Amino acid sequence: MQYLWRTPGSRTAPEEASPIGPPPLEIRGLTVAYHRRPVLWNVDYAAPPGGLIAVVGPNGAGKSTLIKACLGLVPSVSGSVEVFGRPIAKQRRLIGYVPQRESVDWDFPVSALDVVAMGRYGKIGWFRPVTRAHKEAALHALERVGMADFAKRQIGQLSGGQQQRVFLARALAQEAQLYFMDEPFAGVDAATERAVLQVLRDLDAAGRTVICVHHDLQTVSDYFDHALLLNTRVVAQGPVARVMTPDLLSRTYGGRPMPAPAALGAFGAEAS
Amino acid sequence: MIDPMFEEALRILTFQSGFNSAVVVAGTAALGLAGGTVGTFLLLRRRALVSDALSHATLPGIAVAFLVGAALGLPERSLPLLLAGAVASGVVGLLTVQALSRFTRLTEDSAIGAVLSVFFGLGVVLLSVIQNLELGGQAGLKTFILGQTAAMAQGEAIAIGLLAAGAALAVALLFKELRVLAFDPGFAAVQGWPVGALDLALMGLATLVTVIGLQTVGLILVVALLIIPPAAARFWTDRLPALTLIAAVIGALSGWLGATLSALLPKLPAGAVIVLVAGGFFLLSFLFAPARGLVAAALRQGRLRLTFAERRALTDLLDGRPAESSVALWLRLRGYIQDGALTAAGQTAARAAARDRRLWERFLADYPALLPAHANWGVDPIDSVLPGDMVRLLEERSAPS
Repeated sequence: MQYLWRTPGSRTAPEEASPIGPPPLEIRGLTVAYHRRPVLWNVDYAAPPGGLIAVVGPNGAGKSTLIKACLGLVPSVSGSVEVFGRPIAKQRRLIGYVPQRESVDWDFPVSALDVVAMGRYGKIGWFRPVTRAHKEAALHALERVGMADFAKRQIGQLSGGQQQRVFLARALAQEAQLYFMDEPFAGVDAATERAVLQVLRDLDAAGRTVICVHHDLQTVSDYFDHALLLNTRVVAQGPVARVMTPDLLSRTYGGRPMPAPAALGAFGAEAS
Repeated sequence: MIDPMFEEALRILTFQSGFNSAVVVAGTAALGLAGGTVGTFLLLRRRALVSDALSHATLPGIAVAFLVGAALGLPERSLPLLLAGAVASGVVGLLTVQALSRFTRLTEDSAIGAVLSVFFGLGVVLLSVIQNLELGGQAGLKTFILGQTAAMAQGEAIAIGLLAAGAALAVALLFKELRVLAFDPGFAAVQGWPVGALDLALMGLATLVTVIGLQTVGLILVVALLIIPPAAARFWTDRLPALTLIAAVIGALSGWLGATLSALLPKLPAGAVIVLVAGGFFLLSFLFAPARGLVAAALRQGRLRLTFAERRALTDLLDGRPAESSVALWLRLRGYIQDGALTAAGQTAARAAARDRRLWERFLADYPALLPAHANWGVDPIDSVLPGDMVRLLEERSAPS
């Protein structure tokens, strides 16, 4: 019962991530099942500090489930998840989260600024209203994704890409050390793609770690440093140059061999 | 005949018809206010129908509590005992809905339907049994089904008012927490908010409103006090604080007017009267609210069609083609044409319309990525939307060569 009423605002201070310190995210033996059918099998993974990490795999490979299980949003059958060396429940202040855009009702009566201010709620704590300082922090986060002009808009009046940027700004407002993003590039316009990419690079430059479910094989090597190839189990992990190979990709996607990302890129360039 | 009734209505509305009636009307208004505030978040969290199952599930508890009171030899019905029974069986109904939808393949709406009807059926059977037992003090039991303000004692009305104010206050205190819970429970959980406990608190507040509303509105219709005010308020605003406030006001007004009406017409069930008043507010909002109402939307659409028809006719006339007769009448009214030809004002307007269309089309062709999402491009005059140097550039590019 005590846990239920603890203030999210009263967590311990962030521990500095050093090269010899605990990794930003360490998953050990994580298995998740829906209705007795495993969707993740014995996943072991340690995220390198300060990297941009893509989680790559076919539809139904458990990419989103991996993120949700790490965050405690779906129950796991076995395994443990640690963030900077401690259980995730004790490290909530260090985590930022960008869910899939489809996960909420965009007709909800809030403005873009209201949504981004939700990123500050953990710092504000129980019962206290959102102060001017927190609203300014939220507005600054909206500026970073190029959405300051839309602060007062009801979120349903925004385009899909703009909604995605609002979600990203909300995660920025969390001022976290470790970010989980579920398909932030899915179905967005060119302006949003640039904005998301810029934010990823800024976070990388500031030494933050970003774990990102990503569906577009062509851009993995351009956008990310590391990749985790997933198909229910971990097929491969490491720097993109080492894991984004035709052999490993075909083992991830199963069946027929996949062309190398370079070949895909050439094909894409030719087609356009 | 009408006049004395009108005077009586005025006296009750302004709390001058005796202390007891004033307290009852104020208590019912407070109930409506609490229903509107709590209901706003129930609706946004998509829990409105769950509270319908809850209210119907109170009936067997009321009946059992009455039997217990009779067995204990209490001289007449004891309201606290009956309400305790209502809470107990309401909560059992609620937990049954949750268990059914979590542990079986039943969807939540079928679980709600099953629980609602079975519990209500059980309650009706128990009430018939009580009737046949011919115990004393059972006359008031039926009022729990459809509600009756006249049955309310002064102390009860004051208790209802205080509890309702408490419920509204709790929502105000938890405003930020309930907002993130209703919008994005997953994000709230990641941030460390106890989503389960917050949901429990919200359902607890709904239970409170339901139980204190049982006597006045009755268990069949009490859910309307939670659903109708926020649903009506949604037509007026896109802001959550305003939504909550408007829902509270609509709820309070419904309680106030409804209790007054039912004091005037004691033969009508109070719950139905209050709900009908709330329904009237819903209808007005649905039709006439400026933000999302039906009439406003139709007017906006009509105005837009007219704007486009007018521009098209003007540019046609400029090119020497006649305007359609339906639009021609409108253009005559605006003084743009006379005897089938453009007036001076018509010439000016036609040239402006032609220029706006030419420049917008150029902009759309050359800079599709720069479409200003915050303005009605293509509809509003281009000079009022785009910066001057951009308009000049477009003019150069679209100049006939």
